[in-house]
Amino acid sequence: MSTRLELRGLGKSYVPGKPVLHQIDLCFDTPTLTAIIGPSGTGKSTLIRCINRLVEPSQGDIWLDGVSLGQLNAEGLRQARARIGMVFQEYNLVERLSVMENLLTGVLGHTPAWRAWLRRFAPEDIDRAWQTLGLVGLQDFVNARADSLSGGQRQRVGIARAVMQSPALMLADEPTSSLDPKTSADIMDLLKQVGQQRSIPVIVNMHDVALAKRCADRIIGMHQGHVVYDGPAHLLSDADLNTIYGGRSWLD
Amino acid sequence: MQTSTPFMVDVLGSIDLPPQHTMSEASLPNHVQPFRMGRAQQWGVWLILLILLWSLSRVDLSWARFVLGLEGAGKFVERMFPPVFDPRAELVKGLWETLQIAVLASAAGVVLSLPMGLLAARNLMPASVTWVARFIITLCRTFHPVIVAIVFVKAVGFGVLAGILALTVASVGFLGKLFAEAIEEVSMKQVEAVRATGASFANVLGFAIIPQVLFRFIGFIAYEVDSNLRNSTMVGIVGAGGMGGTLFAAFQRFDYDFVLGMVLCIMALIVLGEALQLLVKKVFGQ
Repeated sequence: MSTRLELRGLGKSYVPGKPVLHQIDLCFDTPTLTAIIGPSGTGKSTLIRCINRLVEPSQGDIWLDGVSLGQLNAEGLRQARARIGMVFQEYNLVERLSVMENLLTGVLGHTPAWRAWLRRFAPEDIDRAWQTLGLVGLQDFVNARADSLSGGQRQRVGIARAVMQSPALMLADEPTSSLDPKTSADIMDLLKQVGQQRSIPVIVNMHDVALAKRCADRIIGMHQGHVVYDGPAHLLSDADLNTIYGGRSWLD
Repeated sequence: MQTSTPFMVDVLGSIDLPPQHTMSEASLPNHVQPFRMGRAQQWGVWLILLILLWSLSRVDLSWARFVLGLEGAGKFVERMFPPVFDPRAELVKGLWETLQIAVLASAAGVVLSLPMGLLAARNLMPASVTWVARFIITLCRTFHPVIVAIVFVKAVGFGVLAGILALTVASVGFLGKLFAEAIEEVSMKQVEAVRATGASFANVLGFAIIPQVLFRFIGFIAYEVDSNLRNSTMVGIVGAGGMGGTLFAAFQRFDYDFVLGMVLCIMALIVLGEALQLLVKKVFGQ
């Protein structure tokens, strides 16, 4: 059974009275890839970060498999975060650690600190890390330091780290914005593959509309903190894009 | 040929133009004289010169006094040679104590500074905590180690212990601040990513903070050991153990040749510290 993520009346204002997100109601309950598109500064990143409370929502609540994330205490939040994999635009790898160590960061949620500090990870976690490295095709770089990798390789490590969490949900905040078109497509395919293999929802913020239409099953269009389109990717029309981004000259 | 000659600009701001470009100074636009001192700066320079001259005139410094001083210095230096390394026992004891003070004070300083630096880091701790930690660190740095040593000599008596305590305080003041600043400069993106995996605070510390600051910390510690080596010869003068006491006693006895012997030994020790620092840099350079 797939994960069920529900956003109910979610709102966020960094400055009181100037909301970035207005009353977002969304539901993700199928193992599909959803792309969130919209102009810069429209609250896409805030929306994604509210889901695992890297940003604290101002209103509303998030429900993950019947648990209200907004009400959780610190310990509960840690456990919830451990089930949510996250991929970042600038990869956010720990640069001075090796690829293997970065992967094992994904199991920190259930590893006691003394074990992690001494690098005495559970053998099954290490086995899984090797498998995951195979999945993203980086076995040869196991001992390389993260900052010695190329952008595409780093993002693969970022995805592998999220996979190591055995996540019930994958979030990706503009995972391809720093990459070239070919690598971007590869990374999106990898995200999609991970979602299908684990049968979990994947939610991706994107700028590249063409790539979103090609890879995503569902597209959510945002404009100034409101959801203005929510539907299958193949039904997204130029009129919808006009509502999302405004103006039409860029479409020609 | 002449046209390709670059404009020559001297420090005073005048410009040597190539011959065919001669024009009157007045017709030059203002921005071609970029190095002119401002009016305020000119006044500043005159003021400093005036203060210098005034203080010179107040000090009773005559040529005769200077010559007298030179004579004394000559005798002093004469009596220093050849350097003597006896009494050996006193020398070795002094050096050994100095080394003890430096190493133990650095170790204790590191142990205390690690939590202190973490508590003072404004990107990880609430303001109330950092405020207290910063106050303690600043307090440790307020007084010169020699002043602190005098206090500890009064408190725990003459000897090495007072020196170790004094330099521990100094180390916390120095390392605590450097550690806190290094932690504040870490990339929060990496911290955010590790937090997002559901890692506990201890795990965030171990996997996101420490990897980013470890090598810098090692560099700071090596520098602090070096600095404590130098300072530990100082605190001896006020009776807190180490080479300083021996040195001071030799001065009192006019044993200037022994003084030179000791100074050479201290220099050797400092060079050793320097070599250690280089070694640390080489090993942990990356």
